[in-house]
Amino acid sequence: MQKFTPQRIWILIGYAATAAALFSAPLFVSDFRLNLLAKFLAFAIVALGLDLIWGYTGILSLGHGIFFGLGAYAMAMYLKLEASGGKPPDFMGWSGLKELPLFWQPFQSFWFAVAMGIAIPALLALILGYVTFRNRIRGVYFTILTQALVIITTTLLIGQQAFTGGTNGLTGYSTVLGFSIGSPETKRVLYYITVVALIGIFVFCRYIIGSRFGKVLRAIRDGENRVRFIGYNPAIYQMVVFTISAAIAGIAGMLFVLHVGIISPSMLGIVPSIEMVLWVAIGGRGTLVGAALGAILMNWAKSEFSTAYPQGWLFFMGLLFVVVVVFMPKGVAGLVSQIKFRKKRREPKHEGVRNPAV
Amino acid sequence: MKKRMFYQCGLLLVALTIVLAGCGGNNKPASTNSETDKPTNAANTGGSAEGEIKVGILHSQSGTMAISEVSVIDAEMMAIDEINAAGGVLGKKIVPVLEDGASDWPTFAEKARKLISEDKVATVFGGWTSASRKAMKPVFEELNGLLWYPVQYEGLESSPNIFYTGATTNQQIVPSVSWLLENRGKKFYLLGSDYVFPRTANLVIKEQLKAEGGELVGEEYTPLGHTDYSTLISKIKAAKPDVVYNTLNGDSNVAFFKQLKDAGITAKDLTTLSVSVAEEEIRGIGVDVLEGHLAAWNYYQTTDTPANKTFVENYKKKYGDERVTADPIEAGYTAVYLWAAAVEKAGSTEVDKVKEAAKELEWDAPEGKVKIDGATQHIYKTVRIGEVQANGQFKELWNSGEAVKPDPYLKGYEWAASIQPTE
Repeated sequence: MQKFTPQRIWILIGYAATAAALFSAPLFVSDFRLNLLAKFLAFAIVALGLDLIWGYTGILSLGHGIFFGLGAYAMAMYLKLEASGGKPPDFMGWSGLKELPLFWQPFQSFWFAVAMGIAIPALLALILGYVTFRNRIRGVYFTILTQALVIITTTLLIGQQAFTGGTNGLTGYSTVLGFSIGSPETKRVLYYITVVALIGIFVFCRYIIGSRFGKVLRAIRDGENRVRFIGYNPAIYQMVVFTISAAIAGIAGMLFVLHVGIISPSMLGIVPSIEMVLWVAIGGRGTLVGAALGAILMNWAKSEFSTAYPQGWLFFMGLLFVVVVVFMPKGVAGLVSQIKFRKKRREPKHEGVRNPAV
Repeated sequence: MKKRMFYQCGLLLVALTIVLAGCGGNNKPASTNSETDKPTNAANTGGSAEGEIKVGILHSQSGTMAISEVSVIDAEMMAIDEINAAGGVLGKKIVPVLEDGASDWPTFAEKARKLISEDKVATVFGGWTSASRKAMKPVFEELNGLLWYPVQYEGLESSPNIFYTGATTNQQIVPSVSWLLENRGKKFYLLGSDYVFPRTANLVIKEQLKAEGGELVGEEYTPLGHTDYSTLISKIKAAKPDVVYNTLNGDSNVAFFKQLKDAGITAKDLTTLSVSVAEEEIRGIGVDVLEGHLAAWNYYQTTDTPANKTFVENYKKKYGDERVTADPIEAGYTAVYLWAAAVEKAGSTEVDKVKEAAKELEWDAPEGKVKIDGATQHIYKTVRIGEVQANGQFKELWNSGEAVKPDPYLKGYEWAASIQPTE
């Protein structure tokens, strides 16, 4: 049990305040803003998963768009079938497909879709992890492989228009479990579900990091060979954490589709995949709060800038990115310790060992 | 303490960017932040505040589609300026609210939702790709908004909340195939980019060829942005078609036509008809490689109507002499005028009233007389087949004489039965 130092109490108060703010947000913001916030929270969930592998294990994946997208597609298939009443959805008709393909049929069940939205990304990550980590493929080579996977997946989704909706993606939903997806009440409930998911996954990630498993992950990040010499098999740890991270991205994808009402191959391409890494970098790699905050801040900024300057918003995004990287190398979350560190330097005081556990 | 200065500068910069963004939002002529200021049923008056009517303009201003869509924005802004100069609509000024769709379909959906529910615009002019329209469609239907979509597309759609001012298949593709069968030969080779429009268009063409005695000798799709057509050109050579029906989009057209010329095939040896190559694309691809090739549209810069004369003149005066007008640009311009006319007729900007008033509305567009078809919310358009001339303009070879009634589901064609949706 950790001691309740004043610092820890402040952090706990911070968490409680954030949770309270998130839960009471529907009382203060318009339906449109709430919908946007819900989308940002879904992105924050991906960022948590990404931070787990990049920030804590040192595996850089530029392919998280796929896991996010696969989750989203699973949910979208269910929504599409619910909208068409089990008949082949509209795009199959205009692509010349008359019958519902076999692999679409089980997606008529909501729970099957949810299970698949988690299982398919996880399985794909497990397979990719198995072939790469076991063969000690890592660093840049692993990153390149994830990019290749992105290209394969998007090409497949675009090329198989009759089965996937092609470039258009899947859109035009009506209900989820019988509730109209457009109604403000449903949107509010979906928002709460997203908040609960975000908090749940945050706690889960905290738990992983604090556990013995999490310590091994950090050890792998800092010196994979040393971990191996001690007698651990890093490949297994990497595989497991990569799979968990993919499953989290899948959950985020499902929530994204429910809020945004469309998923298309452009959402899981190379650019969004890199963007996800940027959120983590800007928020603060290696801190969960930072990753989530980065995703929310960056997307909020994107939304605001593009509204204020439809022609030049990309320059502002670029400027913001450069400024953060140059002045806050540890991201927004690192700002706190940066300030504290400088304060400390100015008034040198005796301090004990900060981290006796390591 | 140089370092501290450095960090303070950084923080200042971040703060400045954020403040700038905030200011931008407030300075924009159209943004009224709180609906509490004017509680009088803001929702169903649809964007009409005191003395002004807000309309949304939602095209891609960044990303791959920006190059095409920015010209449409120009045309729509010009129409708005013209209408405002002539006294506005219902005596009120039209105030455009611009948003960037960023060539990204979910962004189109998000921005559409923002325009309707936050800005409370009376209508939105926007979209280019079919994908962007499909992404916005559920949003407009859910919130009962109004969208004017200015680009030719693959048909098989008719949303109660969208007006389509571009051509559907029976106003561009179907008549052009009939014309080619009559005048250029029976053997068709279908070439397209790999996405929804070409695939659906070719589905229609294949049925039509079967019914009208044509022969399909090849069908190929290349990814968007594909640039190596040497193998494909060999395949086309081997298949010896009379006509290559081209639904390629974007950069691929540059590569395809250049390599076709390099392979020694000119328009004299092989007829090609494109449906996505207009005046603007000719400028990009180069007249030398395109001269003599065909296109099917409803409007060319050379279209001879009095309305077009002033339209082209004004457009060049406003945006520069080197600019050209083209079909989607004209359709965007027409959309604004049709909406304004419908609002005048309805005496209100309320969506349902505007829709009712728009039925069978006529207007002398640059492309000729157009009329809104009440049942499908598409417009009657004249079909025109043109040939690229040495000056980068089209010479009209054929037109349908009168404006063709839109038939997005091709119900008037027996051979199209298998394409129509089952319901």
